[in-house]
Amino acid sequence: MVLPVAFLAVFFVLPLTGMLARGFYPDGTWDFSGVAEVLGRDRTIRVIGFTLGMALAGTIITTGLGIPLAYVLYRLRFPGRGLLRAIVVMPFVLPTVVVGVMFRALLSTSGPLGSLGLDGTPWSILLAYIFFNLAVVVRTVGGTWEGLDTRAEDSAATLGATPWQVLRTVTLPALTPAIISAASLVFLFCSTAFGVVLTLGGLKYGTIETEIYLLTTQFLDLQAAAVLSTLQLIGVVLMLVLAQRARSSREQSLRRSDGQTLRRPGLVDLPALVIAAGAMVLILLPVGTLVWRSFHDGDGFTLRAYRLLAEPEAVPALRVSVLDAMENSLRTAMDATLIAMVLGVIVSIAVSRRPRRRSARRFIASLDAAIMLPLGVSAVTIGFGFLITLDRPPLDLRSSAILVPIAQAMVAMPLVVRTLTPVLRGVDPRLRQAAAALGASPIRASWTVDWPVIAKPLLAATGFAFAVSLGEFGATSFLARPDRPTVPVVIFDLIGRPGVDNLQMALAASVLLSVVTVAVMSLVERLRVQGVGQL
Amino acid sequence: MHTTTSAYARSRSTGTLALALAAGLGLSACSLGSTDDASSDSGATVDSATSEVVVVSHDSFTVPEDLLTQFTEETGYEATILGSGDGGEMTNQIILTKGSPLGDAVFGIDNTFASRAVDEGVLAAYASPDLPDGAADDQLSGTGADLLTPIDFGDVCVNIDDVWFAEEGIKPPSSLEDLTDPMYEGLFVTPGANTSSPGLAFMLATVGNFGEDGWLDYWSDLMANDARVTSGWSDAYSVDFTAGGGNGDRPIVVSYASSPPFTIPEGETEPTTSALLDTCFRQVEYAGVLEGANNPEGAQAFIDFLLSEPMQAALPETMYVYPVDDAVELPQAWAEFADVAAEPIVVDPAQIDANRETWVREWADIATQ
Repeated sequence: MVLPVAFLAVFFVLPLTGMLARGFYPDGTWDFSGVAEVLGRDRTIRVIGFTLGMALAGTIITTGLGIPLAYVLYRLRFPGRGLLRAIVVMPFVLPTVVVGVMFRALLSTSGPLGSLGLDGTPWSILLAYIFFNLAVVVRTVGGTWEGLDTRAEDSAATLGATPWQVLRTVTLPALTPAIISAASLVFLFCSTAFGVVLTLGGLKYGTIETEIYLLTTQFLDLQAAAVLSTLQLIGVVLMLVLAQRARSSREQSLRRSDGQTLRRPGLVDLPALVIAAGAMVLILLPVGTLVWRSFHDGDGFTLRAYRLLAEPEAVPALRVSVLDAMENSLRTAMDATLIAMVLGVIVSIAVSRRPRRRSARRFIASLDAAIMLPLGVSAVTIGFGFLITLDRPPLDLRSSAILVPIAQAMVAMPLVVRTLTPVLRGVDPRLRQAAAALGASPIRASWTVDWPVIAKPLLAATGFAFAVSLGEFGATSFLARPDRPTVPVVIFDLIGRPGVDNLQMALAASVLLSVVTVAVMSLVERLRVQGVGQL
Repeated sequence: MHTTTSAYARSRSTGTLALALAAGLGLSACSLGSTDDASSDSGATVDSATSEVVVVSHDSFTVPEDLLTQFTEETGYEATILGSGDGGEMTNQIILTKGSPLGDAVFGIDNTFASRAVDEGVLAAYASPDLPDGAADDQLSGTGADLLTPIDFGDVCVNIDDVWFAEEGIKPPSSLEDLTDPMYEGLFVTPGANTSSPGLAFMLATVGNFGEDGWLDYWSDLMANDARVTSGWSDAYSVDFTAGGGNGDRPIVVSYASSPPFTIPEGETEPTTSALLDTCFRQVEYAGVLEGANNPEGAQAFIDFLLSEPMQAALPETMYVYPVDDAVELPQAWAEFADVAAEPIVVDPAQIDANRETWVREWADIATQ
């Protein structure tokens, strides 16, 4: 328990308070003079409203599309299911600048979907929110759904319930904690989205996150940035408290089964299939454009961009080839995944217990929420905070290479916790008590009761954490050393330079990054079949 | 970080699971992770403060490996480069870490941020004996001249797709004023001044050209003429520009004087685009010694190195900028097709710093509504 708490204290609370102090306590005295002024600006109000509205809309639509898609991909059996599951995850690791450029290529007036007139409107931002976050819903909800015992549903159906009634009264209640988990993650990701908002919103639409970025990095208006960061923090805490209330009142012990057979899709599944197909189109269009364009320059089909990926000299401005950067990426992601998994599992197990003491329950609830906070606070604030707080012994870490995996782990950890906790909370505590009554040590009890249940989601969470670390750009670009860049950092660099070769290499590198991610994730998922079979 | 014994005892099951997990994952992670730490950490910490020079820069700064080796051989210092976002972000980081500097030297503060860095007292005086004569024009005025050494410059200019204009039979524009001509309605795209450094430079070009009284009116006219504002240079150039590889629909874009050579089609000798040299704003990049540096001598040696002939000659290929030393030979395509403005549009750095936030807000009110 000390480990995750200390981790959060050093790498989150310390930098955050450091930056807030620079804003509110600049010269050794408290100074709130700018607060009223910042809050009174028209722009501030507009930005807050826009951030909240967009994040809410993004969350609702993503969840609405993601649940049917999770059903189709995790409960039905059809050819190509594995491939589709993998494709759903691809957007999650694509660098936002690349996705922004692909969306604009599709939607701009000269693009294939230009006639829709969506370029530069909030709709395009919303589409991007959905595009990025569907994976969160599908994996979090799908993971629970897949292991759900179907016998309750079967009995309800036998007793005459219509499929809709079964879904409403049996299945959805069992899934609710997982759905709320997923929705709160999506909300956090949407409300702190940065790159896509800048690229697709065409500047008209600022969010709190983009404002904080501008105020901090361009204007150095630290007080205004601190005001907005505080607002952001309050909003996120409120959201997390609400989500926790909603979740804990609906939690129930779930019956789980492992070796159940998946159904073939039938007529009943038509609505779900239609929605799922729509969601897949939304993912495939930009991904397809990306892949297609990486193989086509102005003159036709070419593998040139892919050949250049191996050559450090292809672009004199970069000191490493894209393949070298891939090696850096994989190493860093390994370390980040390790950190995220160790800490994430500790937290998940801790927060899934239901201690009798009230104070202990409180502590657990706040830890549960605290682990999510880093997703809801501006990366710029934390990044600048690192610089001013981790600058002297014993925490002289500013230029240490270890900060990169740590920053990535901070983003991946909440996903691990949110994937594992619903599953662990679903374990009937009486099983553990029964094991103990039969003479099992706590370790033995946990091993026989928790492990079989957690094994599958654990591997899924590992794969997910790995993907997040591979794709993470914001914090990494801030901390990575230029001689050891990760792939997203290289892509960002390439796309910011003129020349068709550079653009194409950026696209090819994005394709490579997502293919590697998908390959690693399916490898990890394949492991689980054996593991669970033996238990 | 270690768990205390009591905490460990309380969450034994937790520990076991974590251990099992660490064992499984660790097998693969350690094999990669261990070499990782060995090579990267030793470089940063084992070297004593006297032999390592830490150079803070923006993300676009790259030095060819062989030149870095040469620097170490000639001076005995080993340079470590820390990238910190774009030029503005980096400058603000340096100011924020005053008293506990991120490194010894800084490279990449440009003339739009220079006066802020000079005024904040984060730089130590150094005048390099190697500053070429031709670079005097690029020096800052006042105290800034003692603190910052000009290294390179780049011109942000309106670029046009010559092929497009030839095919359409329309006379191409040549000045900023032309862009508000109805003849060019809906043909111009620029990155935004609040999200992009060339975007800011172009905004400053309009301030310099039309004066503090006239530039906002110019932007109103420009927007009325259906100009498009994107967030970054990359999507303006590679999505909207007709000659940027993305089949865009706008033949006029804000880019650099050095962009045209990149549009020479394969097998041909001439670019399909050109820069309008009467529309350019010059960005000069400076280097300086950070106040409170561990290794000020090393920082000074690095600044001299930046002015050395091989490094100056490498600037165009690595960073797409022009060396301040005009005696250095440019790459052939640059010499032919990447002229710089004879008289770039100028705005006083102190005036820029005093008004940046106001101007950008005023700009945003007009250009992003």
